Amino acid sequence: MTSPQSGGSAPDKFVPKATPETQPYWDAAAAGRLDIQRCTACERPFFYPRTSCPHCGSEKVAWFTASGRATLYSYVISERPAPGFPTPTVIATVELEEGPRMMTNIVDVDPTPEALPLDLPLQVRFEQRGEVAVPVFAPIDGGDR
Amino acid sequence: MSGQRNNRDVVIMGAAETDEVGKLPHLSTLELHTQSARRAIADAGLTKDQIDGLATVSTPGPVQVAHALGITPTYLDGTSVGGTSFLLHVRHAVAAIRAGYADVVLVTHGESGRSRVGAPPYPRQSDSPLAQFEMPYGVMGPPTTFTVPTLRFLHETGNTLEQLAEVAVAQRRWSARNPRAMFREEVGVDDVLGARMVAYPFTLLMCCLVTDGGGALAVASREFAEAHGTDKPLVSVLGTGEAATTPMVSQMEDMTTCRQFTLSSQRAFKEAGVGTTDIDHLMIYDAFAHVPLYGLEDMGFVGRGESGAFVAEGHTSPGGRLPMNTNGGGLSYTHTGMYGMFAIQESVRQLRGEAAAQVDGVETSLVLGNGGMFMSAATLILGRG
Repeated sequence: MTSPQSGGSAPDKFVPKATPETQPYWDAAAAGRLDIQRCTACERPFFYPRTSCPHCGSEKVAWFTASGRATLYSYVISERPAPGFPTPTVIATVELEEGPRMMTNIVDVDPTPEALPLDLPLQVRFEQRGEVAVPVFAPIDGGDR
Repeated sequence: MSGQRNNRDVVIMGAAETDEVGKLPHLSTLELHTQSARRAIADAGLTKDQIDGLATVSTPGPVQVAHALGITPTYLDGTSVGGTSFLLHVRHAVAAIRAGYADVVLVTHGESGRSRVGAPPYPRQSDSPLAQFEMPYGVMGPPTTFTVPTLRFLHETGNTLEQLAEVAVAQRRWSARNPRAMFREEVGVDDVLGARMVAYPFTLLMCCLVTDGGGALAVASREFAEAHGTDKPLVSVLGTGEAATTPMVSQMEDMTTCRQFTLSSQRAFKEAGVGTTDIDHLMIYDAFAHVPLYGLEDMGFVGRGESGAFVAEGHTSPGGRLPMNTNGGGLSYTHTGMYGMFAIQESVRQLRGEAAAQVDGVETSLVLGNGGMFMSAATLILGRG
C-alpha cells in the first residue's frame, strides 16, 4: 500500500479516511454502491453523511442506495497537476437523481468544454485507491439509458 | 432619532499596512502582524499601553501577537473563518466597545502567503469532511475549488466569459494608478482570456496574486478617539453584518448566488440606515474574478444577470459611478491569502482622502469580505467623519 507501483493506475492519489459516522458510505463504495442518507421524519435525502437531518434536525436518519445517476451541475477543467491525477482533470459538482449534490471527477470523457455541457447525464463508477473506493462519474452513453 | 443608537459612536481611529506588500522573504508572519500593528497604533496617535483589545485569526493568534507587541489584552477575539475574518473582528470590536469590554481594539493581519516565512504548514488531515468529500478529486487549492460554481452562474444568469474577464480588466485600470500594486500594466479582455489556463474557465489573470503583507486597524469609541487621537479624519463604522453557510463549496445550496453575501449586507444596510444608492465606493473581496459579480448581484447593486454588463460598461472603473476595488484588488494589488484586511484599509484610505487612486467625495464606503470558498462573509459600511 505504501510502496510505489510502477505503471500503477494512481498510486499517489489522495486517499480519504473514514470517521465513524461516514464509515457506511465508504464501506458501500468499496462494495460498488453509492449509499447516502435520508431523513425518515421529513423524508428528504441529504449528503454528506451526518447523524442528524440538515433539513428538519431529526436524528431519525437511514442509509439507502442511490441510483448512481446524476447530472453535471458545474465544473472546472483543472490544469494544476495533482499527485496521481492526469492533467487536465475535470473537477465537478454533480446533482444526484435523488437531489443532493457532491464533488467528484468526470472520467472517460474528453476534458473539453465542448464534451461537457451542463446537465450532461452521468453514471457513478468507483475508482479503487488501495482499500478505498472513490465514487467518480462518467457520461451515460447513448445506448445505456 | 430618539431611542435609536447613534451609529457614529464607534470609529476606526488608526489604520496602516506593512511598509511594503508583495514579496517579503525578510519578514516573518509574526513580524508582518507586529509591524503593521505598530504603524496603526502610531497612525492613531496612541501608545501600545492604551490598547486593551486584540483581534486576529487563530494563527499566530491574538495571544502571540499581543505578547510580541508587549500588550496585555483584556478583550480577545480569535475568530478565524477565512479571509473575511478581519471584517468580523471589526464587527465584534464595535459590540465590545459599546458593551464597555474594551477602549481600543487592535485588529491585526500578517501573512507570509508567498514566502511562507514563519507560516503554518497547510493542513494534511485526511478524515475531515473536506478531506473525505472534496480532496479526493485532485483539488489543488482555491483555483480548483472556489471556481467550480462559475460555469453554472454564467449559464443561469446570462453573464458571459468575456464579462468575467472584464473584472480583471477594470481592476488593472485601478492598479495602474497605485504604485504599491504588484501588477500595474493595463490589460484587455483578449489578454485575460488568452493568459495561461489555470482551471477552465479561469485563466491566470482571473486568479488572485499570492503575496506577503500585513495590515492593522485601531477601533475605538468616538469619545476615546476624540480625546486621545490625532487630527486625521475618523472613519465611522455605520453598519455591519456577518453570515456563513457551507465549509465545502460543493455543498452550496445554489451555485448562482452567495447567500451569505445577501445576509451579511442586508444586516449592514439595515443597521446603517442606508441603501445601495447611498454607497459612493465599494470593495468586494476578489480572490477570483467571479466573486465581485456575485457580490454586485447578491447585495442588490444590480439585478440578477446584470453584473457582467455593469462592469464591462465601466461603471466600476475609474470615472464610473460605482468605483470598485480601487486599490487594484486581490487580482492586481496584493493578496496574502486572507485579503479582507486590505479591502478595509482601502476603504479607510478613500474615506480619509489619502488613497493612491483617490475617488472624489467618498462619504460612504462598503466592504464585502469573503471567507473560504463561498463559506462565510461579512459586510462593513463605513462613513467619513
